[in-house]
Amino acid sequence: MSAPLLSVRDLKVDFRTEDGVVHAVDNVSFDVAPGEVVAVVGESGSGKSVTAMTLMGLTRSPNAEISGQATLGDIDLIRASDEQMRSVRAERLAMIFQDPMTSLNPVYRVGDQIVEVLRAHREIEKEEAHDRAVELLRLVGIPAPAERARAYPHEFSGGMRQRAMIAMALALEPEILIADEPTTALDVTIQAQILRLLKKFNEERDLAVILITHDLGVVADIADRVLVMYGGRVIENGTLDQIFYDPQHPYTWGLLGSVMRLDRPRAARLAQIKGQPPSLLNPPQGCHFRPRCPHEFGKCQEVPGLEARSGESGHLDRCWLNPEQKRNLRVMESGEIGLEAPAA
Amino acid sequence: MTTVQDQEGTVAAPLEGRPLLEVTDLVKHFPIKSGIFIDRQVGAVRAVDGVSFAVGEGETLGLVGESGCGKSTLARSILQLLKPTSGSVRFRGTELTELGRRELRPLRREMQMIFQDPYASLNPRKRIGQIVGDPLKLHGLASGAELRKRVEGLLDRVGLSPEHYNRFPHEFSGGQRQRIGIARALALEPKMVIADEPVSALDVSIQAQIINLLEDLQDEFGLTYVFVAHDLGVVRHVSDRIAVMYLGKIVEIGPAEEVYSNPIHPYTVSLLSAVPIPDPRENRAREQTVLEGDVPSPANPPEACRFHTRCPRATDICSELEPQLVHYGNGHWAACHHPVGRPEPKIERSAAELPA
Repeated sequence: MSAPLLSVRDLKVDFRTEDGVVHAVDNVSFDVAPGEVVAVVGESGSGKSVTAMTLMGLTRSPNAEISGQATLGDIDLIRASDEQMRSVRAERLAMIFQDPMTSLNPVYRVGDQIVEVLRAHREIEKEEAHDRAVELLRLVGIPAPAERARAYPHEFSGGMRQRAMIAMALALEPEILIADEPTTALDVTIQAQILRLLKKFNEERDLAVILITHDLGVVADIADRVLVMYGGRVIENGTLDQIFYDPQHPYTWGLLGSVMRLDRPRAARLAQIKGQPPSLLNPPQGCHFRPRCPHEFGKCQEVPGLEARSGESGHLDRCWLNPEQKRNLRVMESGEIGLEAPAA
Repeated sequence: MTTVQDQEGTVAAPLEGRPLLEVTDLVKHFPIKSGIFIDRQVGAVRAVDGVSFAVGEGETLGLVGESGCGKSTLARSILQLLKPTSGSVRFRGTELTELGRRELRPLRREMQMIFQDPYASLNPRKRIGQIVGDPLKLHGLASGAELRKRVEGLLDRVGLSPEHYNRFPHEFSGGQRQRIGIARALALEPKMVIADEPVSALDVSIQAQIINLLEDLQDEFGLTYVFVAHDLGVVRHVSDRIAVMYLGKIVEIGPAEEVYSNPIHPYTVSLLSAVPIPDPRENRAREQTVLEGDVPSPANPPEACRFHTRCPRATDICSELEPQLVHYGNGHWAACHHPVGRPEPKIERSAAELPA
């Protein structure tokens, strides 16, 4: 494998709040290779968005305590000055968000917002920037781009707004695009269009993508590598096939088992993970999944490190069970893997 | 306008048993107004535009479609939370559209709703006991110690602890709040529950818990569900029959497994194909048809077949003549001139409609 483009080590983000300290991100480490699509999956509150926003320098605040490293080339994104971050953002690392309506400025024309990005970072004339903006809108599949560049965000549909966001994010040809739930607010037919677009840029321009999502279908469609997050930690990190066909962490089994699949006969009853996700104000001691895990034992009181335990290269997990036990404990039914069998 | 009757039966007929709810030619238009001094109507958003179906007792009907297809408006129009523009809604044989507020009230006991957003649908200033108990109090069914006992029983039934009686909504997670909403809906022992996207705001592991709960309650109380959702996996799991909507119309309706395994309408086919399969190998192996373009505006829907602008099978006739729902056997209906995998329906045009 080539040298990683982005390397995150021991990233920790704590927020001081009125109720106490929220441990939003807890010792997160991972790499992103050039041209790789890394999916980050997990439930709300698992720390996936905070991780991404911290990489962009968007969580900096007097009440946030951030430690660890995130190296992108010669820059450490955690320690870089605000000025350095301004040039990193958009030029090397860009981000698109779940709700494209609130991420676009409603009182500026879509084309002008792209022009603004271009002129803030490059010394180019207004007209040239405008031509470039139209070209970008064409690239992301907006029909009649010259005309649509003069439209306001409210005149765009949800899918078109997300396309415009992608155009803006790619304006300065960044190496990495962070996409935070980019299709969650969109209908399935539009979601398919946006995913196809991201795939196109990934393949044609070698754009690395960090895709944050809770939808395992989207992951299976586009990712090369998958990080599973739970309670602020990465609890499993593996290639797409490792995560789907040889998952090591019981939480990953539960996640895979509770998906309602259209391509399988319907289960009489859904498999479910009992209980609620942990509070990050007062997380359980040791493994965060322990209170919900049917296979917990004494050792789970200690925090398991993120280590290669399955014997496959590049497959890391945070679970004390040995791989043999894991393969026996997880429920395998007609090719599906789950935490518990759906009751008849 | 009508399309419902034919010799083989009606779309209105449920699979078995007598219908609890019958909806016929239901229309809900929202006026678009313009002008500063005079409210001049310049058009209408045709949110629901002639929809007919029926739901049998104890049955679950799933309503699917993309945003803007009118599924939520339809749900609200059934309950008379929105006054329908025209058409009929009969609940246990009673015509609801002709009833006034006061006459509707006793009937509302039998029809309840569960909402999408468990954060917005619970009053933040009220305690859980009050939220769940208010329906009982308002309908004069219980008070005092009896009320408290019934509320605690309901909380217990939906998987909450009776000690939660005095807590406020903000003390609960999304999944727990949805359980509170369910307890409130069940308080009056309704016959029918309309659930509008009840799990789409929840995480996957919690979704499964809530769906299992809804299914248990259905078995226990013999509930009839109208289940509105955009997640095709969720809808298939809970539904006996499924209606697919596109721009205010039902384009296909039939038994759940039929619609999923042998879809007839090209829109249903593309909708199913757009859902990525959470299995990398199978996902790589299959051919996806990706629909081009966006859903047109319901304020100005395409002529004739509303799907023709995006349909891969569209021909001239699709923009000239509106397809009617046709029965393909086994309670499976679809409105398409070029059905997938089925013979094309015979089209009888009146002389006036024939091109010169």
